Amino acid sequence: MTKLHDMSGISRRGLLAGAAGMGLVGLSGLPLRAQEAPRKGGTLKLGISGGSTTDDFDIRKLADWVPVNQAYMVMNGLVEIDSDNIAQPELFSAWDAEEGAAAWVFDIRQGVTFHNGKSLTADDVIYSLNLHRGESSSAARSILAPITGIEKLSDLQIRITLESGNADLPYLLSDYHLLVVPEGFDDWSNPVGTGPFIPERVEPGVRGRFVRNESYWKPGCANVDAVEVVVINDVTARTNALMSGQVHAINAVDFKTVTLLGRNPKLEIVRSAGGQHFTFLMDCTKAPFTDVNARLAIKYAVDREQLLKTALNGFGQLGNDHPIPQTDRFYNSELAQRAYDPEKATFHAKKAGFDPLAVTLSASDAAFSGAVDAAAVFRTAASGAGVDVTIKREPADGYWSDVWMQVPFCMSYWGGRPTADQMLSIAYESTSSYNDTRWSNERFDALLKEARALLDEEKRREIYWECQALIHEDGGAMIPMFGDYLDAVSKDVKGVKPHAMFNLMGARMAEKVWLDA
Amino acid sequence: MVSLIAKRAGLGLLTLWLVSVLVFAGTEILPGDVAGAILGQSATPESLAALRSELGLDVPALQRYFDWLGGILTGDMGRSMASGQPVSDLLWPRFRNTMALAAYAGVIAVPLAVGLGILAAAKRGTIFDRAANIAALAFVSLPEYFLGLLLVLWLSVKTGWLPSLADTYEGMGLTAWFTATTLPMLVLVMVTMAQILRMTRTTVLGVMDQPYIETAFLKGLKNGRVVMRHAAPNAAAPIVNVVSFNIAYLITGVVLVEAVFNYNGLGRFMVDAVSKRDLPMVQAAAMIFGAAYVILNMIADIAAIALNPRLRHPRGKEA
Repeated sequence: MTKLHDMSGISRRGLLAGAAGMGLVGLSGLPLRAQEAPRKGGTLKLGISGGSTTDDFDIRKLADWVPVNQAYMVMNGLVEIDSDNIAQPELFSAWDAEEGAAAWVFDIRQGVTFHNGKSLTADDVIYSLNLHRGESSSAARSILAPITGIEKLSDLQIRITLESGNADLPYLLSDYHLLVVPEGFDDWSNPVGTGPFIPERVEPGVRGRFVRNESYWKPGCANVDAVEVVVINDVTARTNALMSGQVHAINAVDFKTVTLLGRNPKLEIVRSAGGQHFTFLMDCTKAPFTDVNARLAIKYAVDREQLLKTALNGFGQLGNDHPIPQTDRFYNSELAQRAYDPEKATFHAKKAGFDPLAVTLSASDAAFSGAVDAAAVFRTAASGAGVDVTIKREPADGYWSDVWMQVPFCMSYWGGRPTADQMLSIAYESTSSYNDTRWSNERFDALLKEARALLDEEKRREIYWECQALIHEDGGAMIPMFGDYLDAVSKDVKGVKPHAMFNLMGARMAEKVWLDA
Repeated sequence: MVSLIAKRAGLGLLTLWLVSVLVFAGTEILPGDVAGAILGQSATPESLAALRSELGLDVPALQRYFDWLGGILTGDMGRSMASGQPVSDLLWPRFRNTMALAAYAGVIAVPLAVGLGILAAAKRGTIFDRAANIAALAFVSLPEYFLGLLLVLWLSVKTGWLPSLADTYEGMGLTAWFTATTLPMLVLVMVTMAQILRMTRTTVLGVMDQPYIETAFLKGLKNGRVVMRHAAPNAAAPIVNVVSFNIAYLITGVVLVEAVFNYNGLGRFMVDAVSKRDLPMVQAAAMIFGAAYVILNMIADIAAIALNPRLRHPRGKEA
């Protein structure tokens, strides 16, 4: 949890209330809280951004924070990623890979019932998975594309076969689209699931109320009697709602004001450091970035520390020009952190035949909030490093269709992925349609494919370390920083933890927390 | 007078038609198209073409305009492109919410502002007059967004008297509804009151300088009676004008206020629709805002005509 809050909170309270105030901090502070047992009761109110009037519970289309959080209240996934980024059983209670990881057997949890009273069986799981396969419009279609067959072994066991080995299959099956509904179900406005809460009244894009599923199977969960979600897309309104006590927790706190919010003694800032990172994309098939020296000049011309401080107010980690975060078990910890080096930048620019290297950077806050400011910070640092940046401000409307993957140099972001393989495959494998730097490296492609089928963790680590080094040296993405997900939560809410995947405890806050008496 | 009113109504209809042209043309030139916005990163040329023809985007713009106009005239506003639901089902509940908030604010702001305006005129030059003027000027100079945040800070975050979210829903109690919407109502009252108050005061004072008012005083009438019976009725036309102008603002100008208080009205609905590139919803919302503005202005003009004694009792050629 956040160090920031504890420190600034104590110093302010120390000034205001003296020793008595500080004593209270110790009593209600986090380390003690973890030992408390969950308490039943109360109504949890969440103020969440990222919802619209056209939302429903169609698991194939889930794309924004409100629908994802609400879907996890009503339904369960197959595999859960815990706060330490490890795959844990959910509706799959156990699994086993056959030799080569190209076929897997999954046990389905026994004794789970849907809200309509039906018992969970293999047929429901197969139906739910097949919603995303074949001619489906599902956003998770590409994740399940390598699956060649799903076979029912018994009422509570299935076998999944893949076109080639993948040691990370349980992680891939943790995707938030892969939720389970009863066989044949398709009424997406009135969802039926096995989840901790039952929808009582949902107004899309406005609010929703969910009551506890009294027969929920997951131990220690579904503690509050009801959850109310208020959709608040405006960051100021969201912050006000939390400060005036109308909601218990909000997501997507503004990087610029988070320090001020953290000073409020009734609140806690939850920093979830994960895979979300911000990129400056150089298209390796367009001049001048066809030359690796031009790409290196850009990578050495950025002052990452300054960018992290300016754009994210320090709430993030330095990036090292590859997309694997420090929280990943295959993070290459021995790759030297690239620093701002005007001499090297100038050297590479000259080597590529430019003095100075003149580039046009397309920037928009569509890439991430603060992207245009970040571009300006980058330009200043680059101008002292033999790189002459012209910033082209693009409208946020149409940025993803007209700018991203269209221009030679633009800004973008990636949300985290549960596994290194998934992140590297989607954004850097030369055959991926989302390879947004159009980088193509045969050795990298071959290594990636080899590691995917390996069950030996040591060997996989070696390969992923080399993959990161390859992207770091040769790739087309300049990745200056990783941004934390920031939530703010009232201290009345107990059991709150940061999560390595998403904010609001991996979008599962509603089932995990409980309210103080 | 009847011909004058008919002429004014005709002009109003013409303006509405122009609004429809502007709304349609404006939404046509938004960057990006809805097919691209729906499919996002997963768009392929084939799926784009298929979705475009499914949504009718391959039909020429002019034909689409007339189809759309015909639909609006018969009350059919089309279907949301993102969810396929009829636009009117989504739109009217939110329009009702916006109207409810506007009515709540209007019912308080208009009598209060007109009353204070007349009072300020009657007490010209006193402390009360000055205080009312300064306060009105101060409120009208602050952007409503900022005013809203100030009220949230003082009445909600610091004191906890009122909720900062105007969180309303179907089936909530009346008391709960009033509590939830009081903060946005206060902001709207403050912004609209200023203009009405100052206009009322100025008009009443203008009338007070007329010779017939002096005559009334010379007859020995008291100040209050002169203001209420002689000055105020003659000042009615410009006051009605500024009042309806402000009511139009209450309906159309609430977008920012709705954002500050997260109120589920038409303004928030429109912002939502624009970001999803859901053109039928944007067009319908823009038409409603346009129509509200045009119609209320028309009513104001017609009321001004009807209240003008010279137009009401024409005596042939004027001097």
